[in-house]
Amino acid sequence: MGMAAESQFHVLAVDDSLFDRKLIERLLQKSSCQVTTVDSGSKALEFLGLREGIERNHPNALSTSPKLHQEVEVNLIITDYCMPGMTGYDLLKKVKESSAFKNIPVVIMSSENVPARISRCLEEGAEEFFLKPVRLADLNKLKPHMMKAKLKNQKLEEIERPSKGANVEPEIKDSTEIGIKMLPLQSEFEPKQLHLQVVQQEEQTLSNNKRKSMEEGLSADRTRPRFDGITTAV
Amino acid sequence: MDALVAQLQMQFRDYTISLYQQGFLDDQFTELKKLQDDASPDFVAEVLSLFFEDCVKLIGNMARALDQKGTVDFNQVGASVHQLKGSSSSVGAKRVKGLCVSFKEFCEAKNYEGCVRCLQQVDIEYKTLQTKLQDMFNLEKQIIEAGGRVPQVDIN
Repeated sequence: MGMAAESQFHVLAVDDSLFDRKLIERLLQKSSCQVTTVDSGSKALEFLGLREGIERNHPNALSTSPKLHQEVEVNLIITDYCMPGMTGYDLLKKVKESSAFKNIPVVIMSSENVPARISRCLEEGAEEFFLKPVRLADLNKLKPHMMKAKLKNQKLEEIERPSKGANVEPEIKDSTEIGIKMLPLQSEFEPKQLHLQVVQQEEQTLSNNKRKSMEEGLSADRTRPRFDGITTAV
Repeated sequence: MDALVAQLQMQFRDYTISLYQQGFLDDQFTELKKLQDDASPDFVAEVLSLFFEDCVKLIGNMARALDQKGTVDFNQVGASVHQLKGSSSSVGAKRVKGLCVSFKEFCEAKNYEGCVRCLQQVDIEYKTLQTKLQDMFNLEKQIIEAGGRVPQVDIN
């Protein structure tokens, strides 16, 4: 049963340096994240399923290419700033301009401490700016995002369930049938059209996950014992 | 057996501490060690290996760029220095990183002699570090072969 693995926080790490990719991958793994690394901004967009010019103008992009998106569920993007071709800043902009992915938090890394650069990135919507070399302690700043994603899924399930009524289709056991699973991390009090559409699909999977887990006596939390500790601390 | 292990462990501890004290390594190296565990038991060795490969490659680039007497592209040299500065910083190679900082300044000032000097120093420095770390890894190996465990060294 691959449910437990799929519910792990998935980070897409982007860096043109093999060395830095290896480092950030280990850091993230050590922080209990599932990691995918790519060496350029364009590969990152490809991985997300965003192709130049196609996604942006297609309001139905989600429904027209479900096969493309079904494998991809990215909870956070962490990218180097200085890269040839598409910089981290360019990638940030493209992600934030995309209707499908603008809610994915983006973190920028840089070896240079340039205040103007930092504020530009934050203004463009970056969640955090990490100075290289990135350390385990820095990744702790991402834990709230991970917790929010997890709690959000649980909360949405609780909120959505009563209103679902006859719409519930418990037959969806395999999560690969679901379209894009987006885990928006912004405030729960900001309803978004797209968000709701995706959430309905997400919620079904989650309620199945929870039901299954409870039936089997396994807590979904068990796969990530770390976060239990953090929850109580919060 | 135990006496041998204890002796080796002490040697290892002293040696490691000396590397920090002499400025070869800084706390970023300590951070790297934190990332090594049962899931990734050779992480530090792998990363260092990549770093030294980077050194060879980048220093080669710098040497070639500086060889173009009269038409040296200092931006090109600077770009390689910048990369080396980044990786040495990420690995905790304190002296190498320090040299890269000066090197970068010489590139920006388009100071040919300064650059050539730095290049020579960086070359010596990374090779020295490589030897020192090899010695440190050998001590680790000896400890394990003698049936002991590699101690956590507290650098404070």
